[in-house]
Amino acid sequence: MITVHVNGAQWQLPAGATVAEVVARLTDAPRGIAVAVDADVVPRARWASTPVRAGARIEVLTAVQGG
Amino acid sequence: MSLTIAGVELPSRLILGTGGADNLTVLAGALRASGTALATVAMRRLDPAAGGGVLDLLRALDIKVLPNTAGCRTAAEAVLTAHLAREALGTDWIKVEVVADDHTLLPDPVELLDAVEQLVDDGFVVLPYTSDDPVLARRLEALGSAAVMPLAAPIGSGLGIRNPHNLALMVEDAGVPVIVDAGIGTASDAALAMELGCDAVMLATAVTRADDPVRMATAMRLAVEAGYHARGAGRVPRRWYARASSPARS
Repeated sequence: MITVHVNGAQWQLPAGATVAEVVARLTDAPRGIAVAVDADVVPRARWASTPVRAGARIEVLTAVQGG
Repeated sequence: MSLTIAGVELPSRLILGTGGADNLTVLAGALRASGTALATVAMRRLDPAAGGGVLDLLRALDIKVLPNTAGCRTAAEAVLTAHLAREALGTDWIKVEVVADDHTLLPDPVELLDAVEQLVDDGFVVLPYTSDDPVLARRLEALGSAAVMPLAAPIGSGLGIRNPHNLALMVEDAGVPVIVDAGIGTASDAALAMELGCDAVMLATAVTRADDPVRMATAMRLAVEAGYHARGAGRVPRRWYARASSPARS
């Protein structure tokens, strides 16, 4: 298991878990969502092929009412 | 009455923020009544418990989405947020907000210029939220901003246009749309912005937190139209003394 930070919370994930798996744990309707790992955007097309490393800071954002 | 930003023609000169509404039903009514064709959304951490739905609403109403970088304090944060918004929403348009503190929410001009420069380089259509400084607006335009969005007064304050002279100076100089953004309290503020020659008005709180948001959205639509036409019609000069509008009695 590895420890990562997802939207500010600590998560335990199996080694080799991908960005796609992180998103899937948060929502089953990943539309209008974007992901940054350590302040770099990971395009949706690369979610499934991008593993998260131990200690990674993952931000999963969506649009909300605002402005 | 249409407004063109970066070659895109929008049928309304009123831009609505979607923040502050009690629920999506009220927001939908306000958006419809406002006649807007462009509305802002913020980017926030995904909350699995939250309903969401603002994007679906805007899509259903055929309103173009303008993501903002609200909450950002540095150029780096704003640039990352813009990239995330582009990835999430599939739009190059970004309203860049970089604020200096929580109690005034005033733009930080140094961070703002830095963010705008990077985002223009990265191919975004950049609409910066700025202070009412005509010189800063000129700098933002020179960097390639698609519009400038000067505040009337601090965000959510409803204080109306604090410095009409600066806005008029800005309008005189600007080669891109000047969109008054933030601080509008009521319909006369929106009309004044247009009478000063601004190209559009953006507001959220004035509508979403009004007692009757749908009715205030109607008022704002009419005010923006009224101000636009008054500006185009050309007001009479102000006179110190009276000038009879009826013929003199002989």
